[in-house]
Amino acid sequence: MRSAKVLTGVGLAAAATLALAACSGGASPEATPENVDLRMTVWTSNEDHLALFDSIADAYMADHPEVASVTFDPLPFEDYTTTVTTQIAGGSAPDLAWILENAAPDFVDSGALLPLDETLEGTEGYEFDDLSESATALWHDDSDALVAYPFSTSPFVMFANDDLLKAAGLPTAAEMQANGDWNWDGVSEAGAAVHTATGKAGFVIRDFDYTTWDNLASVWMGWGAAPWSEDGTQCTFDSPEMTEAFEFLHDAAFTKQSMPGPGTTADFFAGESAFTVTQISRASLLTGDFAWNLLPLPEGPAGEYSMVGQAGIGVLADGPNAQVAADFLAFFTNPENSKQLAQYFPPPRVSQLNVETLAATNPTLTPEQIEDVVIPGIDTGVTRPSHTDSAEIGQEVRSALDALWVPDADIPGTLADVCTSIDPLLAG
Amino acid sequence: MADATVTTPGRAPARPGGAPTTAPPSRSNGTSNGTSNGTSKGARARRRFTPSYATRDQLTGYLFIAPQFLGIVFFVLVPLGLIFWYSLNEWNVLAGTFRFVGTENFEKLFADPKIAPVLQATAVFSIGLVVLNLGLALLLAVLLNRKVAGMTVFRTIFFSPVVVSLVAWTIVWGFLMQDNGGINGLLQLVGVDGPNWLREGPTAMASVIVVQVFKNVGLNMVLFLAALQGVPQEVQEAARMDGASDRQLFWRITVPLISPTILLTSIITIVGSLQVFAQIAVLTQGGPGISTTVLVYYLFQQAFDFHHFGYGSTLSIVLFAIVLVLTVLQWQLRKRWVFYEN
Repeated sequence: MRSAKVLTGVGLAAAATLALAACSGGASPEATPENVDLRMTVWTSNEDHLALFDSIADAYMADHPEVASVTFDPLPFEDYTTTVTTQIAGGSAPDLAWILENAAPDFVDSGALLPLDETLEGTEGYEFDDLSESATALWHDDSDALVAYPFSTSPFVMFANDDLLKAAGLPTAAEMQANGDWNWDGVSEAGAAVHTATGKAGFVIRDFDYTTWDNLASVWMGWGAAPWSEDGTQCTFDSPEMTEAFEFLHDAAFTKQSMPGPGTTADFFAGESAFTVTQISRASLLTGDFAWNLLPLPEGPAGEYSMVGQAGIGVLADGPNAQVAADFLAFFTNPENSKQLAQYFPPPRVSQLNVETLAATNPTLTPEQIEDVVIPGIDTGVTRPSHTDSAEIGQEVRSALDALWVPDADIPGTLADVCTSIDPLLAG
Repeated sequence: MADATVTTPGRAPARPGGAPTTAPPSRSNGTSNGTSNGTSKGARARRRFTPSYATRDQLTGYLFIAPQFLGIVFFVLVPLGLIFWYSLNEWNVLAGTFRFVGTENFEKLFADPKIAPVLQATAVFSIGLVVLNLGLALLLAVLLNRKVAGMTVFRTIFFSPVVVSLVAWTIVWGFLMQDNGGINGLLQLVGVDGPNWLREGPTAMASVIVVQVFKNVGLNMVLFLAALQGVPQEVQEAARMDGASDRQLFWRITVPLISPTILLTSIITIVGSLQVFAQIAVLTQGGPGISTTVLVYYLFQQAFDFHHFGYGSTLSIVLFAIVLVLTVLQWQLRKRWVFYEN
């Protein structure tokens, strides 16, 4: 029995050691300046994007022998934020991370990100003042320090399939705009006509799928609605403006059938719908199989508006190579590299928001589309709604909104229930 | 042959493993001469360096179980201990804070208005899955236990979903169950307007259960097939000669004889049903409302989506307790209905 005791003792000692190691947070000795490995989590797995990132990283490493490698680690978009936070919890946090705008308040307010002002301003030729004030608004902490670089400021726009509109005997999107019909009612009427005539879908709010409800901001902003008050403490889902916006959407899905209903998919870029609201970067999915056009978001009852989706790159403050990572970020986003990155990711630099820069790197779009749609969209765009605890709020809203996506829904009642669900979280 | 000096032939019987037991060590006293003292010292020295057969047996046994034992310690007991520890703390991953909160998370559990519907959804899913899975698996096994040409092909077809990737399987079923998907397309051919399977409360849970049943029914089917083929032919023939009908033969002879396999499959299926996650995440995301939010999905949301790691750990303790109670219960109840030949 002595052996059993010994073995048990060894086992318990090993378990205790493991437990203590796990509790200690996995701190590792500081990397030597000669052997720094940087890792940045990204959600693109596009080979062209990654090749461009790698070429910029290679140029950086050529001048910085202390950096042994820079790895870009693509994570699935759907679980991106969850995966990054799990990595942080597991003691394998990246040095740099892309951060979605809906997770921005959590990352910014928690103090997880390293303030960047000093590093960026101190980098020769960085032109820190060139960063647009509106683009950086989401990424300042309580002390007004910039804690993430607004890497991509991509406006939401409307793509139209002119071939489908013609097949339904309708004017093209440009003609609709010229006729003064470029508004949500006009789009819904045209979408219904396309659905009736061709069996294809009318308008699609891309990536909404009756779950990612914050994408509907691209619609309800046209009614002047918002999910909560500006200070984030009051739910406004039950406001008259939001109610009207959801009545429009419900009518489009269940009565006019100008929008695919729940559980029905239609991909604009495969030629399955007349219109889609999505970000400008999706233009790369156009294959030339049909005639298309790019227009700003349709006018709503509250007038013209625009919305942007944004991603920031931040440096994890607790990482062992935080300062080196910040230096790399300063190089990665300097004016020269920002210009290169602009072919995929609209930059936050005022001097680069012009037709010359964007047309040179966006061959799919015409100079007119860039001038009339892209630049004004970035200039005036409001970011999608975000809040601390966005994941929990998002889940509560999705769950409550499910009651709205049935033909005989009580729209005001459901929106009131949404507020009941999220009020405690907004107050907290 | 050093061991010959420390064994007592004829007195110490060989153990089942073949190793004789050790004899009591000889003691020396003040009257012993030098020779006997020398012999005693020599024997003690040999015992110090040469372990007996029994000790060797024990060491060998411990070495054999050591990998499994260490695996259980590192990958079961330590995580279990940590989960208990985390449930007493609140961990803000982004802020990097770890705060002891005592029983706060357990108090939150009892005050959580969602825990009742979540447990209810978990129970509905488990009962539906277990009943359908075991019933269908037994039915298929009985049907496929006949000596008919081509039966192997059918067995392979029913088993094949087991080896398919779970997520790929679920994604394909997600497409089939869309409002304009393949299943409603087939129903339309016979003039029926199918429901929006995954978007309507009553059908969403049933859909998830059916997808999971089709995925894993083949595994239980194979286990039942093996059990059925182990039922002695002569017992069945004797029952037939006594005038037993097919129904009586099945319920009075076959089922009792395969009851150990029924116990095994029911334990595996119940534990598996309580751990369902991917199907919910892919097909319904817990909706509509929270009608398909089962316990594992809920604890994943709390821990990894909402970053409430402490509360997520508390929920995982609840899951552990449920699995433990159900397994122990089944194990105890086996005495009443499981038939062992010996």
